[in-house]
Amino acid sequence: MSTSDATHLALYRQMVLIRRFEEEAARAYSQGKIGGFLHLYIGQEPIAVGAVAALQPDDYVITTYRDHGLALARGMTPRAAMAELFGKVTGCSKGLGGSMHFFDAEHHMLGGYGIVGGHIPIAAGTAFASKYREEKRVSMCFFGEGAVSIGDFHEGLSLAALWKLPIVFVCENNEYAMGTPLSRELSVEDVSTKALGYGMARDRFFADHVLTVRDRLAEAIERARELSEPTLVEIRTYRFRGHSMSDPGKYRTPEELEERKKRDAVLRSRADLEAAGMGADVEAAEKEIEDIVADAVRFAEESPEPGPGVARSDNV
Amino acid sequence: MPQMNMVQAINDALRIEMRRDHRVVVLGEDVGKVGGVFRVTQGLYDEFGDDRVIDTPLSEGGIIGTAIGMALYGLVPVPEIQFSDFIFPAYDQIVSELAKYRYRSGGEYPAKLVIRTPVGGGIRGGHYHSQSPEAQFIHVAGLKVVCPASPADAKGLLLASIRDPDPVLFFEPKRIYRAAKGEVPEGDFVVPLGKANVVKPGVHVTVIAWGAMLYEALEASNQAGKQGIDCEVIDLRTLWPLDIDTIIASVKKTGRVVVVHEAPKSCGLGGEIVSLINEKAFLHLEAPPKRVTGFDTPFPYTLENEYLPLAHRILPAIVETARY
Repeated sequence: MSTSDATHLALYRQMVLIRRFEEEAARAYSQGKIGGFLHLYIGQEPIAVGAVAALQPDDYVITTYRDHGLALARGMTPRAAMAELFGKVTGCSKGLGGSMHFFDAEHHMLGGYGIVGGHIPIAAGTAFASKYREEKRVSMCFFGEGAVSIGDFHEGLSLAALWKLPIVFVCENNEYAMGTPLSRELSVEDVSTKALGYGMARDRFFADHVLTVRDRLAEAIERARELSEPTLVEIRTYRFRGHSMSDPGKYRTPEELEERKKRDAVLRSRADLEAAGMGADVEAAEKEIEDIVADAVRFAEESPEPGPGVARSDNV
Repeated sequence: MPQMNMVQAINDALRIEMRRDHRVVVLGEDVGKVGGVFRVTQGLYDEFGDDRVIDTPLSEGGIIGTAIGMALYGLVPVPEIQFSDFIFPAYDQIVSELAKYRYRSGGEYPAKLVIRTPVGGGIRGGHYHSQSPEAQFIHVAGLKVVCPASPADAKGLLLASIRDPDPVLFFEPKRIYRAAKGEVPEGDFVVPLGKANVVKPGVHVTVIAWGAMLYEALEASNQAGKQGIDCEVIDLRTLWPLDIDTIIASVKKTGRVVVVHEAPKSCGLGGEIVSLINEKAFLHLEAPPKRVTGFDTPFPYTLENEYLPLAHRILPAIVETARY
C-alpha cells in the first residue's frame, strides 16, 4: 500500500466513523435516548475530515451546532461524543451541553455553537491571540451559508481582514438554511464573493472528494500560517438528512436528494480505494468502525447522568 | 498616598496590570491613539504599543466576540465598550457565549475577560448615553458585575476583576469619572470582589446604593441626620455576586431599608435585593422596604435631575421609612 493510499484509507475510515456514529445516534434519538435536537452531518463528512487532515493538531477549530463530525475528525473519542448526546457525565461537556455544544480542549476544538454565526468573531479572537504570541497556529472557523446574513459573520471577517489574522473561514454551503433554499436566502449565491469587500483571499469548490477538500484547504491554511492572512473558502456540499431530526425535509424533492447522493464523497472514496486493490482493507476498516460505534453506544447507555451538583451553583 | 480621580485610578490599574502581565490587552473604539472618549486609556498606546492597545472599528459584537476568542487562547483582554448603552450589539456575545464558557466547557475554559464600560446618567446624554443596564447582566448566570464609587475602589476592584477567573462587567459611573477624587494606594492594590463597604455606620435606616448614586445617598443621609435619623449607608461595589451578608447584618440592626439605583424600578437590582431581605430578614423588618430609582421610561434628555434618584428624592424615602 502506497503512502497516499494509506492516507486515503485513513481519511475514508474517519468519514465512515462519522457516518456510522451519526446513524446510530439517529437510531438512539428515535428511541428517545437522546433528547432535544440532533443535527446530522451525513453528506458533509469530507469537509471536516479533509480539513483536519490539512491542519496541525494544535491549530484551533470551531464550528456550528452541526458539530459531531468535526469533533470526531479532530480526535474526540466516540465514547465521549456519544455520552454527551445521551446527556451523561462521561460526555465531553459532562452531559451539560448535548449535541449542539460539544467542547474538546484537548483537541483544540473550541466548541459547537447554537447561536448561528456567534462563533465567527470568537474565531477571529483566537487567531488574533495566535498572531500576538507569534505561534503560527491557525484558526479554522466552520459555518453554514445560513450564517452569512448575520452581522457576526461580517464583523468577524471585517476584523480578520483589517488585522491580517491567521484564520480560514470555511463556509459549508449545503444549499439550505433549515428549509430555505439558497436562491431564497442570499441575493448572491456565490458566498465566496463576500471576501471581496474585505480585501480577503477566497476560494470556492465542491466537496466531491475528501482529498480535494484537504488539498484546497491546505492552500488557505498555508496563507494563514505563513503570511498571516485570512481566507474565505466556500465549499459546496449537501446534507443527506434533514436540518435536524425533526425535519422531514419536504422542501426538497426525493429526486433531488437521490441525485445528490450520487455525489456522495464517502462512496467515491470507497470506490477509489477498491479500484486501487484495497477492498479488503476497506472492509476491515468498516468492521472495526462497527465495533467502535457499538462500544460508544454501550458506554453512553451505561454511563451515569450528571448529579444535580454538577449543574447548580447558587450565588446567594 | 496620591490623590486621583476615577479616570486616573482606572488608568493606573490598567497600566499596572499591563506592565505585570503581558497577556493583558486593551481593545475598543478609540482606546488607542485617542486614549478613549473619556481618556481612561490615555497614554497606554504610547507605553504598550498598538498590538496591546488596539483601536477597533465600530463593531461591538466583533469587539466582544474577538475578546472572547483571545481569552480562550489564554490572553486577558480588557475590551472597552464606549458607553454601556452601546453594549447591546454585543449582548448576544456576552449572554450566549461569554457567560456560558466555564459551564459548557466542563470548567476547562473560563473565558476570563473584563468588559469596561461607562454607565449611568448625569452628563445630559439622553436616551443612548445615560442608561444603567446592570440588572440585564446580573440576570445572566455566569457573569460578575462591578460598579465602583470611589477612585480607590475603582483601581482595586479593576485589578481584582482582571485577575478573577470569570468574566466581569465593570461599570464605570461616568458622572463621577472626574468629580470623585480621593486617596488611592500606590502600586499593586486589590479590593476583593463580592464585598460591600459600609461607608457610614448608623442604626435607624439602611441605605443601599452604588456608583454615582452613593454620593446622593450620603447627602440624603446627612440631611436625615439633621432630623435625628441615623442612616447606615452601604456601597455595594460588587453588584454580583451580591454581598448579602453585609446587607442582612445591617437590616437586622436597623429593620428599615431604602435601596437606590439609577436604572428603572421594574426588575431592577433593587427588586432582587428587597426580595432577598424579605427571604432572609422578614421578621426583623419594621417598615416596608423602599426603592428610589429611575423611572420605567427611556432616559430623558431634559428632566435628568428628576429621573435620577438624587438626594432630594432619597431624603423623603428615608424619612418615611424611619417614621413608618
